[in-house]
Amino acid sequence: MGSQGGFYQSKEFLDLVKSIGEARSKAEEDRIVLGEIETLKRRISDPDIPKRKMKEYIIRLVYVEMLGHDASFGYIHAVKMTHDDSLLVKRTGYLAVTLFLNEDHDLIILIVNTIQKDLKSDNYLVVCTALNAVCKLINEETIPALLPLVVDLLAHPKEAVRKKAIMALHRFYQKSPSSVSHLVSNFRKRLCDNDPGVMGATLCPLFELITIDVNSYKDLVMSFVSILKQVTERRLPKAYDYHQMPAPFIQIKLLKILALLGSGDKQASENMYTVVGDIFRKCDSSSNIGNAVLYECICCVSSIYPNPKLLESAADAISRFLKSDSHNLKYMGIDALGRLIKISPEIAEQHQLAVIDCLEDPDDTLKRKTFELLYKMTKSTNVEVIVDRMIDYMISINDNHYKTEIASRCVELAEQFAPSNQWFIQTMNKVFAHAGDLVNTKVAHNLMRLIAEGFGEEDDTADSQLRSSAVESYLHILGEPKLPSVFLQVICWVLGEYGTADGRYSASYITGKLCDVAEAYSDDETVKAYAVTALMKIYAIEIAAGRKVDMLPECQALMEEFLASHSTDLQQRAYELQAVIGLDAHAVESIMPSDASCEDIEVDKALSFLNGYIQDSIEKGAQPYIPESERSGMLNISNFRNQDHHEASSHGLRFEAYELPKQTVQSRIPPASLASTELVPVSEPMYVRESYQTTIVPSASSDAGSTELKLRLDGVQKKWGRQTHSPATSTSSSTSQKTVNGITQVDGSNTSNSRTRETYDSRKQHVEVTPEKQKLAASLFGGSSKSEKKPATGHKIPKPSSHVVEKSHARKSSMEIASEKKASFQQPPDLLDFGEPTVKSAAPSVDPFKELEGLLEPTTQVASDENHGSTAAAATKSPDIMGLYTETHAGTYDKDDSDILSGLSNPPVTNMFGGTTSMQVAQSSKGPNLKDALEKDALVRQMGVTPTSPNPNLFKDLFG
Amino acid sequence: MIKAVMVMNTQGKTRLAKFYEYLPVEKQQELLRGVFAVLCSRAENVSNFIDAESIFGPDSRLVYKHFATLYFVFVFDSSENELAVLDLIQVFVETLDRCFKNVCELDVVFNYSKVHTILDEMIFGGQVVETSSSEIMKAVEEISKLEAASNAITLIPKSASGWRSR
Repeated sequence: MGSQGGFYQSKEFLDLVKSIGEARSKAEEDRIVLGEIETLKRRISDPDIPKRKMKEYIIRLVYVEMLGHDASFGYIHAVKMTHDDSLLVKRTGYLAVTLFLNEDHDLIILIVNTIQKDLKSDNYLVVCTALNAVCKLINEETIPALLPLVVDLLAHPKEAVRKKAIMALHRFYQKSPSSVSHLVSNFRKRLCDNDPGVMGATLCPLFELITIDVNSYKDLVMSFVSILKQVTERRLPKAYDYHQMPAPFIQIKLLKILALLGSGDKQASENMYTVVGDIFRKCDSSSNIGNAVLYECICCVSSIYPNPKLLESAADAISRFLKSDSHNLKYMGIDALGRLIKISPEIAEQHQLAVIDCLEDPDDTLKRKTFELLYKMTKSTNVEVIVDRMIDYMISINDNHYKTEIASRCVELAEQFAPSNQWFIQTMNKVFAHAGDLVNTKVAHNLMRLIAEGFGEEDDTADSQLRSSAVESYLHILGEPKLPSVFLQVICWVLGEYGTADGRYSASYITGKLCDVAEAYSDDETVKAYAVTALMKIYAIEIAAGRKVDMLPECQALMEEFLASHSTDLQQRAYELQAVIGLDAHAVESIMPSDASCEDIEVDKALSFLNGYIQDSIEKGAQPYIPESERSGMLNISNFRNQDHHEASSHGLRFEAYELPKQTVQSRIPPASLASTELVPVSEPMYVRESYQTTIVPSASSDAGSTELKLRLDGVQKKWGRQTHSPATSTSSSTSQKTVNGITQVDGSNTSNSRTRETYDSRKQHVEVTPEKQKLAASLFGGSSKSEKKPATGHKIPKPSSHVVEKSHARKSSMEIASEKKASFQQPPDLLDFGEPTVKSAAPSVDPFKELEGLLEPTTQVASDENHGSTAAAATKSPDIMGLYTETHAGTYDKDDSDILSGLSNPPVTNMFGGTTSMQVAQSSKGPNLKDALEKDALVRQMGVTPTSPNPNLFKDLFG
Repeated sequence: MIKAVMVMNTQGKTRLAKFYEYLPVEKQQELLRGVFAVLCSRAENVSNFIDAESIFGPDSRLVYKHFATLYFVFVFDSSENELAVLDLIQVFVETLDRCFKNVCELDVVFNYSKVHTILDEMIFGGQVVETSSSEIMKAVEEISKLEAASNAITLIPKSASGWRSR
């Protein structure tokens, strides 16, 4: 139990928590908290309250603010507490201050001095506390006051302090890169720190620096690689192990850094291949953290210059993720697949059924991730299926944010890959009809432009076909009750431009429809304005064609109304319409030429036609025009900004003693270095793109730019209508050929053996795969040849996945012969284990899947036996977690802290079964604690903090 | 970096909230409510990850874990690995459990400052600094010892310096 007053802080606080816990409504809770605030206000301003009491009041204040109430009246007291000598009080003060204040708060000034003092303290705990506050409370202005102190701490004898000083410096860098840019070399130096913890901490700032500027850190590639090598070879102290993995968090950070450094750099990447391959082999894929490292490896492999062997290992790992029962792993698998298909697109095919399962999964997160993957692998062959799916999903969700995103993706895909104009228009209609208010108006404008300009082909008939099909569908859609404003604007515009163009509809029919729109949506002025302008165009076309214009009576009524409208815009449009109708054919032709929406209108920005007038005026004695920038202070903008910067730093508060007039030097650094950091991100993407042109390998990082949601019309024109199906069909046919050839090889290898076991569950599902699903798979992944093959194979649906095995195996073996590499690579150790009887030892080579399976089966049985209600739900949820942690437990019994871990790993079991047997286990293993727990339970019940939970209110279930 | 750590119970009461970028109190409440709304709508047997961009803005992911009556929620950006953060939550809870022996919701409420201390040892300025629960425990115990010492002998100041770095 804590040393600070233990479980009970005070009766009052206890009562507060209790009454808030019992509050039946938000209003009641608010009332209680407001009462508490009153009490605290009164007590806290009392000049002579004991420190211990004060400390509790501050904690109560923090609690009150966490519940969403204003506690600003007590901030100053928290600040005062930081000045205290007692560590306990000081820490409480700092805690409160870091939670209450932001870096620009007025009271920070009062703390800076204390922090300065505390950073110099002999007690390293005080220093750590102060550093913690530094991270949260120091802004650009106050950084110079503390920077030298923090830099000194980088050489502190305590590694905890060094670690935190690094982080503080990193924070300074985040807040104001210019202020510490001259200290960046410190991060490099600390990379060689004796303490692995400090080294690990240094990776955080380095990762950020490398993200910004890759090229300046290329020299570190070898260092990172050798560090990673040492980590994986378990050269670090045992204390850094986590669930039997050597320093996994450091491995992950290093892999992230290597991914950045190796991106598009063949030479750098080659240095990494060995170590990354080692990790693939050694990684324990049975624990959560092991999979985290594996996932990071896949990310790294898909980012660096591609290496066939590594890609294969990555593909293996992905298939293991996707076949897992854990939703988390599936999620990671889908994500990883999305990264890898940029390099080897054929891999998606191998996992088609898994992907489709994910698409139909009830888990929304997984579904969205899968849509992201589909978005990335859309081609002209599968665009129809994918976009249809996306639209269906879009209609089904309520989350506006995601709806918007998916709508714009649909639009983007439709514009890039649409197989036909008809389809394109229909798709756009669906998107607009269901998410019209959410999509960017730009999308609408782009659509109008597309319809107007056609798709860049010479063929005019195609364009006019597109237009008339658009008109047709819009006239149809107008019958529907409520349409989004943006969509109506598009409809009005298109009807106005092209409604009568193909002669199928008469002018009076179209104008009648437009009037209906304007009337039906009378509260939307933009739509009305679009409608009026559309009317004007129709009439103009009619007049220009020499036909007599008969305004419909309802149209006339509408015009009367608009002529008197409060909106000046509507009024003007109505007057213009009136004026146009009165003109003769020739005049109308020249002011409203038909189908000229794409013609460029020349604008004379220099207003040269006024030159004569100006000349006249000047001759008559008028003042010549002086541009605004030259008018007032004769300062241009950038100059002014510089000035401002100087001003700010020299007039700001000074925290240093007066003998150190360094200020001017520091203030001069910022502009220059600021400029340099601004330049970097601009040049970097260019570099990446260039290097990829030479290597012709798309990669994760370079593609990030192209997945932006905005529409890019320039690209559209080129891509439209072109059939880019070749890669899909060719790969699929080659796969099937290989299948025929490779049948004999199926059973020979351990690889396929292990696969059968690990896919045991998923295979069961596969058997039930419906023909619909197959069809979907074929249309998503395969192209036409695949979909023909499917029905022939009939119920043997698992086949595709075994094709994969054969294929990869065949490739593997051929490569083996070619390169004469060791067999160890071909058969990674964890896979080998499957063939052998399970080894029950503390070694990491415990057969992970077998254990998992053993755990899973009883679970599901129990679930199905007693199910009903919450236990069943829990059972179905828990397998993954339970499996992972129980596994861990089994593996770690040689560690001294195993009892804690077992405490952790038992609970899910108890929780899930809810039966008596495992409860007994828990009791016997943690006997003495049970009493403890029961006492707590009683207390909780009495307090009513968590009255309605399905489980007993304790962590008892979880922790034994 | 890690953007926020939240602990809330299954009824939506916040038990701990720590934001590594400053946010005004109202905004914090809004986010907490938003997170809770999403959490309650999650089924039992789904992944621990949530696409948090609609709540926290672009480039934010959310990982949560449900223990008895509490949700532990970490919000972070693309520089972290989801699975690793899931383990980070595990480390946090393990540490709490070591610290409070059979930790329960009330421990978190009443030992508010201690829970913050633990979290501060793990995550520093939004970056993960320590991932070993025994190391965290060591640091926390040292702090507790020193605090107890400085608290007990406030009448004889400076004697606490005897505890200083070994």
